[in-house]
Amino acid sequence: MVKLLFFARLREELGTAGEELKLPEHVRTVEALRQHLMTRGETWKEVLGPTKALRVSVNHEMAKADTPVHAGDEVAFFPPVTGG
Amino acid sequence: MTVRVQTEDFDVGAEIAALRKECPQVGAVASFVGVVRDLNEGDAVSTMMLEHYPGMTEKALEAIVEEAKSRWDILGVTVIHRIGELKPLDQIVLVVVTSAHRGESFAACEFIMDYLKTRAPFWKKEETPQGERWVEARDSDDQAAERWADDSRRG
Repeated sequence: MVKLLFFARLREELGTAGEELKLPEHVRTVEALRQHLMTRGETWKEVLGPTKALRVSVNHEMAKADTPVHAGDEVAFFPPVTGG
Repeated sequence: MTVRVQTEDFDVGAEIAALRKECPQVGAVASFVGVVRDLNEGDAVSTMMLEHYPGMTEKALEAIVEEAKSRWDILGVTVIHRIGELKPLDQIVLVVVTSAHRGESFAACEFIMDYLKTRAPFWKKEETPQGERWVEARDSDDQAAERWADDSRRG
């Protein structure tokens, strides 16, 4: 299982703050996870599709498309940050 | 080094005094305070909600401070970022840096803010007469953070 989290605009548009997900066998990277989530339907495709407006962290560290994802990880999807 | 994420306001003078306390080697204190404006993208802003990623936020801020310490000869750092509901005129963020000479603390303070703007997981939602909207990230913030990759700016 991985812990998925969604923040800010993504949380509102997907209608969920997060979930526990059993990783399919073929999902081993952040990009594979994004592609997997986008198969859930139009909303997921629209929200996770535009990568320019998407950031991902794995275990609290900023991640890239090829960052590995393992069972037990915490993976968060969110828009570019706007603090300060 | 102090990093805090909190809903309550902060007292800039008290934070500076606390960071300087019993540190006679400090010759310079640089501070930055970010505040809520009443206008963004041409619209009046009545309220701002600040959301963050508990757990990652603190780690991200600590990593930014560590990066600053590795680049400049600085003595102390305080970073405070508020979350929750804020109004125009409210303080949002404080960065205080101490060093023996001003160059180090000026540069490190600006560096910490530039990196915080692009790396710390905070998101602003503002309320305007047109309704609520998420604040969009600015390309200028990315550019501000990227210029620190240029070694010529290092202290």
